[in-house]
Amino acid sequence: MGVGALSVWEQSSTARVTAPARPRKLAKVPFVELADGRLQGVVSSGSDIGRVYVSSVAARTYAFSCSTNNNRPCGGARGMFCKHIQALVGEAVLQYGAERVARYLAVDPPDGEPDAQSLTAAMTATRPVKGDSAAAAQVFSRFLRHLAYLELVPVTFPLPEMQWFPSTRAVA
Amino acid sequence: MRGDLLSDPVEGLDETLAVVDAFDGVLVAGLLRPGPAQAAAVAGLADAVAGTPLAVRVAEAAGRVTAGAAGEDDFVALAAARSALLGSVHDALALRIDEAVGRPGPEEMPAPAAGPEQGTNLLAAARSWLCDLARSGWRGIDHELVAGAAPVVSAMLPDPGLRRRATLLDGFAAELAASCPGATLERVPVRRWADLWSRALLLTVPGSAGERTADAVTGRLLPLGVDVQEHATAVQAQVHAVFEPADGGAPRLVRAGVSAPKPDTVVGAGLWQLLRPHMSLLGAVSEGRSMELDAMPVTVEGDLVWDDERARPGEPADAFATARVMLSAATAARIAPLDRHPVRIAVPVLLEGYTTRSEEGRLAFDLAGLTVAVDTDRMPAAGPLTPEAVAASGACVGLLRWDAGEFLLQPLAVEATVRKKTVAVHAGAWAGGTTDKAGVRAEKAATDAVAVLRERAGRLLRK
Repeated sequence: MGVGALSVWEQSSTARVTAPARPRKLAKVPFVELADGRLQGVVSSGSDIGRVYVSSVAARTYAFSCSTNNNRPCGGARGMFCKHIQALVGEAVLQYGAERVARYLAVDPPDGEPDAQSLTAAMTATRPVKGDSAAAAQVFSRFLRHLAYLELVPVTFPLPEMQWFPSTRAVA
Repeated sequence: MRGDLLSDPVEGLDETLAVVDAFDGVLVAGLLRPGPAQAAAVAGLADAVAGTPLAVRVAEAAGRVTAGAAGEDDFVALAAARSALLGSVHDALALRIDEAVGRPGPEEMPAPAAGPEQGTNLLAAARSWLCDLARSGWRGIDHELVAGAAPVVSAMLPDPGLRRRATLLDGFAAELAASCPGATLERVPVRRWADLWSRALLLTVPGSAGERTADAVTGRLLPLGVDVQEHATAVQAQVHAVFEPADGGAPRLVRAGVSAPKPDTVVGAGLWQLLRPHMSLLGAVSEGRSMELDAMPVTVEGDLVWDDERARPGEPADAFATARVMLSAATAARIAPLDRHPVRIAVPVLLEGYTTRSEEGRLAFDLAGLTVAVDTDRMPAAGPLTPEAVAASGACVGLLRWDAGEFLLQPLAVEATVRKKTVAVHAGAWAGGTTDKAGVRAEKAATDAVAVLRERAGRLLRK
């Protein structure tokens, strides 16, 4: 890379790389993330307050998986996206914006502006197969790790490195 | 303010940054098998510190890195050289700002030795991950490599002594994860990631981030405004203020901050809710009050280490009155040498009598002899201060900053004339709570989000 060839964004110490999550209601889908090459998350069961479903869709292949936190397969996710996976896609679009979800999963919805519906339709149209559910334990442990952030104590000594992370009015 | 001084070129700045940019370019491709261009950039970095105590160590490191035989200490040496260059840029810019605002020179305070630190095995693990990143380069990152940070961060976060490192690594790793695979990235934040990498790497040296409380202060604290920083899983609010010592000494510019790790779905007003219970000063800011401090610990860099037990509410205090009366006479502390970087520049200033204009979608203030770009993006969304309010303002208390080759003003508060009355709007007005309709809605949504997560955590976490 030649000297002097950098753009202003490339020369910025505080360049914004990812926009903060958009606020959303968490009751139905308390956790969603784009990580490990998957859209993955946790969906609360509609009938049992102590049960959650761990759902995921892989980038590119759209191989999907859905099971409970006790590792029982979801009855609805046999040959197609179950309602939990559909809810996951919907909430991911709310949290990250449809464009970022589409880019991460490598979905190219047929016409223009992607939304939750067109993303789901574009993925199901490729007749994705059921993926292996081995990732469920990992996703669930990432969810627990995520929840553990609430248990950490705030501190009042300075964190100078936060200067690299200015707040932004932009949202996903 | 002598605006002309801010638009004059700073001697040596471009040359120094060119060396930094060239080295940063090396990290884009990675150092596993450096080619001739990369070798030249690394050698350039070593040459740039040839006249300093780092010379021999960095030259050795450059040699080994170029030969593809670098050890972890060699990467640390290169990070140190890069930080030294940016530290010199910081110093030159800070001096220029002191001249422009006509502030007394910074206090010279002897830096106390950093306290002993725990967790050296975690520091070693962090270093190993960072060195792997340097070898792969930003173009070579993948999910597996980036995921290597997670166990280190999880182990560090609960230990307040390692919080600084954990918070940096967490924010950095999240950005890298969102950018995987590096091979298909449209563009790379070249300087930013090199900054984060070298900062994180230097902080793996034991003793680099120990507590540096120097003193305890008693007197009156007059808030100027609140600056908020956040990444997906952390937030920090810093109150910039003028401190008047009870013993009649010169007023000082200080900061008081509070930070918290957070789930990424806690945003906006939820950030204030996390922080509010831990620093009564946020409430005082919202109410427009001063606070009386009694033996509040302060670091050599001028950061109060807040303790609610050592503060009580004082008389009402208006940020603009404080700025008009006290700002030009207040002394500022120096940034510790290891921490010097242009990103640390955040100098409280009062600007008045400007005209505002919008250029290519960006706001600017025209002052005699100077146009300052206004960074309205930094103003927290959970607050009443909007870009529109700034555009309509006639006076502004803000932080003078520098990034990507230019000075920027971050508004903390503005004054505007509405129906012949002067009205002030503060970016941090909702820090302590709000009765504003939009603010109340945001607070309610944030409360609900945290309640759901706590309920889920209570049910699932300790089973």
